[in-house]
Amino acid sequence: MADGRAALTAMFASARSEGRAVLLPYLTAGLPDPDSSVEIFAAMAAAGADGFEIGIPYSDPLMDGPTIMEAGERALKRGMTVDRSLDVVRSVVERTGVPVLVMTYVNPVLHRGIDAFFGAAADAGAAGVILADLPVDEAVPFVDAATRQGLGMVLFVAPTTTAGRLEKVVAADPAFVYAIAEVGVTGERDRASVNTASLAASLRERSDVPVVFGVGIASPDQARQAAADGDGVIVGTAIVRRVLDADSARAAIEELTPFVRDLASAVRR
Amino acid sequence: MKLERPDSAGRFGSFGGSFAPETLMPALTELERAFTEAWGDPSFREELDGLLASFVGRPTPAHRATRLSDRLGIDLWLKREDLAHTGAHKINNTVGQGLLAKRMGKPRIIAETGAGQHGVATATAAALLGFECAVYMGEKDIERQALNVYRMELLGTEVIPVTSGSGTLKDAVSAALRDWVASVENTHYIIGSVVGPHPFPWMVREFQKVIGEELQGQLDGSKGHPRPDVIVAPVGGGSNAMGVFYPYVGDTSVRLVGVEAAGLGIETGHHGASLGHGSPGVLHGAMSYMLQDAEGQVLEAHSISAGLDYPGVGPEHSYFKDAGLVEYDSVSDTEAVGALHLLSSTEGIIPALESAHALAWITREAASLSGKTVVLNLSGRGDKDVQQVAAFDG
Repeated sequence: MADGRAALTAMFASARSEGRAVLLPYLTAGLPDPDSSVEIFAAMAAAGADGFEIGIPYSDPLMDGPTIMEAGERALKRGMTVDRSLDVVRSVVERTGVPVLVMTYVNPVLHRGIDAFFGAAADAGAAGVILADLPVDEAVPFVDAATRQGLGMVLFVAPTTTAGRLEKVVAADPAFVYAIAEVGVTGERDRASVNTASLAASLRERSDVPVVFGVGIASPDQARQAAADGDGVIVGTAIVRRVLDADSARAAIEELTPFVRDLASAVRR
Repeated sequence: MKLERPDSAGRFGSFGGSFAPETLMPALTELERAFTEAWGDPSFREELDGLLASFVGRPTPAHRATRLSDRLGIDLWLKREDLAHTGAHKINNTVGQGLLAKRMGKPRIIAETGAGQHGVATATAAALLGFECAVYMGEKDIERQALNVYRMELLGTEVIPVTSGSGTLKDAVSAALRDWVASVENTHYIIGSVVGPHPFPWMVREFQKVIGEELQGQLDGSKGHPRPDVIVAPVGGGSNAMGVFYPYVGDTSVRLVGVEAAGLGIETGHHGASLGHGSPGVLHGAMSYMLQDAEGQVLEAHSISAGLDYPGVGPEHSYFKDAGLVEYDSVSDTEAVGALHLLSSTEGIIPALESAHALAWITREAASLSGKTVVLNLSGRGDKDVQQVAAFDG
C-alpha cells in the first residue's frame, strides 16, 4: 500500500530543506470538464505547484464562498460523481507525480462509508483527505480510517480557535494543520496583509506539525506573507475564478500558468 | 428513554453532534456554556417568563374544536400557538435566544427563514431587544411569502435573498451559516428549529418545551379538561413538535405523532419526509435523517408549505423515531390544503399550511381515533398562506 502520509511528509521535508514553503492550488474536480481539468492540473504542476487540493463537489458547501460554490454547482450539473472525481485524482497523480489531497465535506464520505471512501481515494493515488466541516471533536473515526487506508488526515485551526482546541488538534496527529488565515468562508480578500503570524506561533509552541495556510489568500503578496509564517499555502478561489471565467481550457491554462509561477516564486520567500 | 440533554459530544444516541467548520466551533462551545449558565439562572428565567407573558401572550389557550369534534367523532383540542405574538410558536425561541445573545454581548443577529414565520419572529425579537438583524430567505420563498418579507422590513430587518441551490429553506440555512462563519465574533445566529450543530437542537427544544408544559397543566384530567390520548404536530425541522411532545415523551398513555410533508406524493420523490423516507447523514452540522441521493448529495425537498420544505430534521426527532418514542407519518399537499379549508370553515380558524398537515393526518385517521382526546398543535396561523392556497385551488 502506498503511504500517502509519507508522501506529504516528504514534500514538506524537501521544501523545508530548501528553506521554502509549498504551494498547493485548489481546483474542483471536473472543471470545466474531466479531461480539461487534468490538463489544467498538469499545467499548474509544470508552473511550480508542489501538490494539489482536488475538490469533490458537494451540494451544500458551508465553508465555501460564491466562487467555489458555483464551481461545485457547475461540476455537479455536468454529472461529476465521487468516482469520476477520483478518476481525475488518479490521472493527475499519474501525470504529475505530486501529492494530491482530496477535499470534500463529511456527508459524501459517511454515505459511502469512511473506510470505503478513503480506500477508494487511496486507490486513486490520493495522499490525504481534507473535510471542511470536520472539526477535531468529530475526527476520531476519520483519523483512524485514514491511518488504516494509508492517507494523511488534515485538521483545521482558525483565528478563533482557542488554546485548548489547538492542543486537541495537535494531539490528534494530523498529516498537517490547515490554518484558516481569515475568519470567513473561502474567497478572495482585497487586503494587503494576512493574519498568519500569531496562529503560526501558537502552533509552533506546541508542535512541529506542518502548517499550511488557506482561505483568503489570493495574490502572490498574500502568499509570500503566509509562506513566511507557515510550511505551505493553499490558493483556491483565485484559481477557480480564473477557470470559471475562461472561455476554454486552453485560455484557463494561459491565464493560470503565469499566475501559478508567480505564486510558486512567492512561497520561495 | 428521553434524554434530559445530549451527551458531551452533543449526541442524542447516534444523532446530533457538531459537524461545523472549525471557525465556528469555539462559538458553539461558548454558546453551550452561556446557555447552560443562563438556563440555570433564575433571573434569566424570570426575565424570559415575563416577556413570554406580556409580549408573546403566553400561555396560549387549549381550545376545544367543538364542531369538528362532532364531525370527526373525536374529542379534538387545539393548542393555539397561532395566537402567540407574530402568529406562530417561533417567537418562543427567538425571544429566548435574543435574551441570551444580549447576555453574551453580541450586537448583531442573523437568522434563516422558510415560510417567513421564524424570520418575522427573529426580526420582532431584534426590534424588542435592540439588535441589528439580517434574515436569509430563499428567493422562491420570498416570492411565495411576500407579506412576511414586508413585515420583516417594517421591523427594521434586512432580508437577504438566497439564490443558490433550490432557493428554499435548506439554502437559507446554508447562507446564514456562511454569514456566521465570517461574522461569528460579533454575531449570534438564531437558528429557527431544533436543527444545526450542538447546542442548537437542545437549546431550541428547551425554549420550545413551554408548549407541552402548558398543555400538561391545561389538559390535566380535571373535569372538562381530559388528558390527551394523542398529540399530533407537523414536522419540518421539528421545533413545534419537539416543543409540544418533549414533556410527554416516555408517557406511555399518550400517543405522539409527527406529520411530515408528503408533497406531491412520496412516490414522486417530491416531498419533505426526511424521517419517513430519508436516511441518516450530516446536514447543517448534525447527524440526522435527511433526503440524499446515492452519492450523499442533499436532495431538494418539496412541500406546498415553505416551513416543511426542508430535506433534514432535528436530530432528537431521529432519536425518537429509532427509539420508537414518537411515530412519524406524512400527508400530501392536497390533503393539507383540504384540512386548511376544513378548519377555516368549521372552526373559524385559518391554520398555517404546516399545521394543516397535522390536521389532515387527524381527519384521515379519524375512524381509528374514534372517541379519543386528540390535541392538534396549531403551530401557526394561515394568513401568510392565503394567497398560495387561492392559487392552489385555482
